[in-house]
Amino acid sequence: MRRNSPLLPYLFVLPLAGLLTFVFGLSLVRLVEFSFKQVRGIDGPWIGLRNYELVLGQPLFREAVWHNIQLFLVIPVIVVIALVLALLLYERLPGWRIHRTILFLPYVLAIPIIAVVMKQLFQFSGPVNTVLSALSLDFLVLDWIGSADVALWTVMGLILWRETALGVILFLSRLMALDETLIEAARLDGAGWRHRAWYILIPQMRGVIEFFVVISAITMLSAVFAYVYVIGGGRGGPGTATMVIELYIFNALVRTSLPGVAAAVSVMLFLVALILIRALFVLRRREED
Amino acid sequence: MRPLPHLALMIASAIALVPTLFMLVTALKSQDEYQADKTGLPDAPVLDHFRQILFDTPVFLWMANSLILVAGSVVLSLAVSCLAAYAIARMEFRGRDALFTLSTALMAVPPVVLIVPLFVLYSQIGLISTYSGTILIYAGLVTPFSVYLLVTFFRTLPQDLFDAAILDGASHLQILFRVVLPLSLAPVLTLVIVNALFVWNDLLMAVIFLQDDAKKTVMAGIAVFQGRYNNQIPLTMAGMAVAAAPMLILYLVFQRHFVRGLMAGAVK
Repeated sequence: MRRNSPLLPYLFVLPLAGLLTFVFGLSLVRLVEFSFKQVRGIDGPWIGLRNYELVLGQPLFREAVWHNIQLFLVIPVIVVIALVLALLLYERLPGWRIHRTILFLPYVLAIPIIAVVMKQLFQFSGPVNTVLSALSLDFLVLDWIGSADVALWTVMGLILWRETALGVILFLSRLMALDETLIEAARLDGAGWRHRAWYILIPQMRGVIEFFVVISAITMLSAVFAYVYVIGGGRGGPGTATMVIELYIFNALVRTSLPGVAAAVSVMLFLVALILIRALFVLRRREED
Repeated sequence: MRPLPHLALMIASAIALVPTLFMLVTALKSQDEYQADKTGLPDAPVLDHFRQILFDTPVFLWMANSLILVAGSVVLSLAVSCLAAYAIARMEFRGRDALFTLSTALMAVPPVVLIVPLFVLYSQIGLISTYSGTILIYAGLVTPFSVYLLVTFFRTLPQDLFDAAILDGASHLQILFRVVLPLSLAPVLTLVIVNALFVWNDLLMAVIFLQDDAKKTVMAGIAVFQGRYNNQIPLTMAGMAVAAAPMLILYLVFQRHFVRGLMAGAVK
């Protein structure tokens, strides 16, 4: 091949184009197609909007969506805790490196592993309840995993525990990149820790906080499958207490073999995700400018 | 000394650490001891559960499966991304910017959206429960971010480097392998970590596309495992400890790269 052949660049990008077309391109086209078809096996007749009507009219689907929306409640809590911890680490108190290593640990463990461990910790006769009753906090002794009223909150606690670690590290790395002169000046002026954090540090972290909120929202909407799969015993249990959109798609596809229904839900999820993703791109561009 | 910040960090670290400690401590208790005392340290640590996990369960098979998927998809995606990123960053051709924008935009497609069409397609062409089919999916999922990272990096390399190599009569492939890649070890290492972690930790694709027991990954394996040994909690914890060990060790040894990789993976 001559060096200046006009075809050469295309040979370089051909594998990429092929791979992305196979995994994303064809899939997204067929996804939309399937959502308008009654698919049995590998194909089926066009049925217009019937899949969408079926899904939207189904209480289980609405419940799944509601659960995902409830998960969004964790985001502000994660942001506040992660922000406080990052600001504390930034003070570089003695031993802060060890704390940093430990605080990031939850994010290092794979979700299925954590979920299995947590599931045992929070069993009704498990260690958490043992400790709570030893501390005479009997009103907190709940059936964390087995009660339909509590299970989703347990999942939220688990997500909070893990995603906070990511927040801490993201915020801390942003803090480390700040210009120190202003902070030093404030310190010399006698500004206390809270004053410096609130008036000097946090305003400069607005970008990274917004960014973290958006990626957390995408996570809550479309990346909680592994938590729920383990805690809810693969079925969103107890009952339907931990059913979420991803699990609904999984069930429709694998358990009840209704790819058309699963496709309709996927299309709707994708459209909502697109809105969030657009926000992410706007934020990223603003950060880079 | 201000006690309050210290106290807050101590409490947070304790909460972050408790599940891992519980996992390790419980794995060393006998079944009877766990029933009698769920929170204390083991009186006489037993290693029998680890022996059982390592020799009586398919955990090595699961790890081997995960490793095959990780190796296959990381290598495939790197090869595809390096070639394409080089062309996008360093060559002129029609459709270049459109391709890059499109590829970058795909970073944000939630994987769960792709499972329906891919599952139907794979059932049709017989790729369910095959390594190659699953590797292709994982490689596809991690490639948009890889291309993005490499293009941004390749663009920062000085033009003189390329001019000199071209004067020496080097072909584009030679430039890529002898000049560009040796200078790109940092981003390539980040990609290897991000992508390997994504594939190793994934549960969704693994339970859908690898339904055959002989092809189960570690994550799919343990999700089933905990249901089967529900009452043998120390044994279950030994299983979790074994499954977590590779990542924990890598984290403690390569902390800086590991953190960078995990962060890049999370915000991609």
